[in-house]
Amino acid sequence: MQFFILLVVLLVLTAVSFRMGHGRALQVGGPKARALHSLPNYYGYYVALWCAVPAVFLIALWLSCEPFILQAVVVDALPPEAKALPAAQLSLLMNEVRQLGASGNYRHASGDIAATAAEQYRNLRNLSFGAMAVITLSLAAAGCILGLRYIKPELRARNRVEGAVKVFLIASSTVAIFTTIGIVLSLLFESLRFFRMVPVSDFLFGLDWSPQMAMRSDQVGSSGAFGAVPLFAGTLLISLIAMVVAVPIGLLSAIYMAEYAHPNFRSTAKPLLEILAGIPTVVYGFFAVQTVAPFLRDAGAAIGLSVASESALATGVVMGIMIIPFISSLSDDVITAVPDSLRQGAYGLGATRSETIKQVIIPAALPGIIGGILLAVSRAIGETMIVVMAAGLSARLTANPFEAVTTVTVQIVTLLVGDQEFDSPKTLSAFALGLVLFLVTLALNVVALNVVRKYREKYD
Amino acid sequence: MTEMVDQVRVSATSEKVNARLQRRYAVEKRFRFYGIASIIIALTFLAILLISIVGRGYTAFVQTEVRLAINFDASVIDPSGGREKAVLSSADYAALVRDALTARFPEAANDRQARRDLFSLISQGADLELRKMVMNDPSVIGSTRDLWLPMAAAVDQLRKGHMSRDAEKGGQYTARQLGWIDSLEASGALAARFNKWLFTAGDSRQPELAGVWGAVVGSFYSLLVTVALSFPLGVATAIYLEEFASRNRWTDIIEVNINNLAAVPSIVFGLLGLEIFLNVFNLPRSAPFVGGLALTLVSLPTIIIASRVALKAVPPWIREAALGLGASRLQMVMHHVLPLAMPGILTGTIIGMARAVGESAPLLMIGMVAFIVDVPASPMDPSTALPVQIYLWAASPERAFVERTSAAIIVLLCFLAVMNATAIYLRKKFERRW
Repeated sequence: MQFFILLVVLLVLTAVSFRMGHGRALQVGGPKARALHSLPNYYGYYVALWCAVPAVFLIALWLSCEPFILQAVVVDALPPEAKALPAAQLSLLMNEVRQLGASGNYRHASGDIAATAAEQYRNLRNLSFGAMAVITLSLAAAGCILGLRYIKPELRARNRVEGAVKVFLIASSTVAIFTTIGIVLSLLFESLRFFRMVPVSDFLFGLDWSPQMAMRSDQVGSSGAFGAVPLFAGTLLISLIAMVVAVPIGLLSAIYMAEYAHPNFRSTAKPLLEILAGIPTVVYGFFAVQTVAPFLRDAGAAIGLSVASESALATGVVMGIMIIPFISSLSDDVITAVPDSLRQGAYGLGATRSETIKQVIIPAALPGIIGGILLAVSRAIGETMIVVMAAGLSARLTANPFEAVTTVTVQIVTLLVGDQEFDSPKTLSAFALGLVLFLVTLALNVVALNVVRKYREKYD
Repeated sequence: MTEMVDQVRVSATSEKVNARLQRRYAVEKRFRFYGIASIIIALTFLAILLISIVGRGYTAFVQTEVRLAINFDASVIDPSGGREKAVLSSADYAALVRDALTARFPEAANDRQARRDLFSLISQGADLELRKMVMNDPSVIGSTRDLWLPMAAAVDQLRKGHMSRDAEKGGQYTARQLGWIDSLEASGALAARFNKWLFTAGDSRQPELAGVWGAVVGSFYSLLVTVALSFPLGVATAIYLEEFASRNRWTDIIEVNINNLAAVPSIVFGLLGLEIFLNVFNLPRSAPFVGGLALTLVSLPTIIIASRVALKAVPPWIREAALGLGASRLQMVMHHVLPLAMPGILTGTIIGMARAVGESAPLLMIGMVAFIVDVPASPMDPSTALPVQIYLWAASPERAFVERTSAAIIVLLCFLAVMNATAIYLRKKFERRW
């Protein structure tokens, strides 16, 4: 709340500097501001930038450094016996201190040390915020005055402002790159820590997955097993089922809509199909648990099959339903992109429509269709909520669709929801799984995009 | 003679051709049928999905309440008569409810088991209601009012027919309790009234008091952060790539990156958020602010791609005309191209936001999945989001929560429908053909 007020004050200051810059420009610009290089507004923007940009940078810098400095100061002030704690316990203590300090209520403190430290932390934080507010606002005011002093008729204000805007545009466009770097670094960093405890080969080729580590080393089953093959197999099984459902239905609907359907039918059926793509995956998960899984279980029981209530089949079918519009709209695009001359040529030779489709259009559109299917596979592999809700947790190595299997994303969620310990292989293994997931989907996307691009070049 | 041979031959070939033609037409018909059948199958799935959810959820919008004559007994609420806030807020309102119930069913008054059975029929929310009334207006103390108070979720399920009366089929009420319920029913004291808790309360362990409001507010804060970050960043990136950047290696890298990010599974963004935002920057767990940051990364590629398409659709002669009149490149973009592309950009943004609203996997990673009763007051308070609330409720076995999960899904789908309808309206209204 305090912070919000600071931002509003800064915003008001910026608006004031805009007015002042504008007024100052008119003042120095001579009659009708003829002598000015740029329009008066640009002088206003110029001063406003001087006011706001340094202040915002200062706030960003302050907020990113503050936690580390506060932590260092508080740890330094801890009594020696607390400082001697192992790193993990110390970080736990500091977590508690931070939380207590943020709430300002020390009644639930685990001990005197925590309570005093929390009190100190809170005071320091308030002090830090006050200092930040004062310094920021003075910097903004100073910037405003400095900017005003620069205003002369010959100041190329427009070029300066446009230069600043361009820097902002370029900086924004690098966010995508930084995101990718962030993903790679954060996954790689934790994965490397994991692979120091568990060899890569055990992880990639091991057949046994039971990450539940016991807390004490003398407990039974204390050494978790981190062979991820059952997870990969489960993911593939569910994705395969999803594709078996989605590819024929999606492809045939796309063909019908592109080649047969009356425009009126198309204009109602297509948006309806796309509703399927807009439904959140958590809704599909609920649908799988509540409707599809019981239905399949009962249907299986009726013909004497035992279908698990968390069967891969139910999960896969529902995921397939989710992917239908994805495949149909991508295929629709490539099918309509096939030039009409090919179609007319086939009709001219006496082919029926279905023969034209099967022997001319599909082969011509095949690269695009395959690209779309690959993208759909990558989506199926990375899909989380449906499997978390509907698939099981038991890592079983099986190809039987009626049994429960688990997937990579399910395990990431189970390992990271709840308590995390960033020094145990159990938590870290989630990042290794995430890395595999990221690399596989990345590879699929790159291949798919290349296939699609190559195909497009042929006709355009 | 030769003519006849020819005729025979012709009719023989034509017979063959005709037969083949028949076959080819049959194949054609079958193929066409496959096409229409798959569309119908897909739409049937959609219909089953929607019907099963609406069918399960619509009953949650009303819930059973009981009309009781509550005597706001001053000697129970405020024996000292000082009307201090602390006294009023900690008074034993449950006793008022119990008194009203035993007054209604005197036969249960003296038997401990019977009393316990009787009191279990009414929700704990009843005393909270009474407390709220007294806190708002202490002058009710001393009066007797006819009030509608919530019944326990199981009574609600019984009345809605979701729970059997038969103990062997999962019914949880004894014959005596069923008798009381029937007696209330017969006297018209039970009614299904609008479920206000669903829309005003946060999460609760008691299904009859659980609501989606906390989650809706959490989602709203996340969305606010997402819009505030991803709209300017996305549009700026699109403008740079479309209007300023020359095609070179650097822009190629950016483009490949954006395309790949669009297809990265959303849970990976959650892992990034956990590692960078929580572990490195020590931002609070479970905060909608952090959720908004993660969702920004999820929705940014969608917005960039849509904005680029919208900018591309503005014809080049607009740019040339502006430049020809002496505008600088930035003036050309800001004054002419961007306003013309804005409807398309907004449409793309809304669709990106709709995706972000329904997204839950990254939020699970940053801890927005917890039992949180309080409605968050700021983006830094712990909170859940609407899809995550659905996920949490879906894990509860009670029938009453199944009903509420479906109701929450209906609420979520309504939000999405409104957002998408706005996007379609914008597109229709401002669509320009050049």
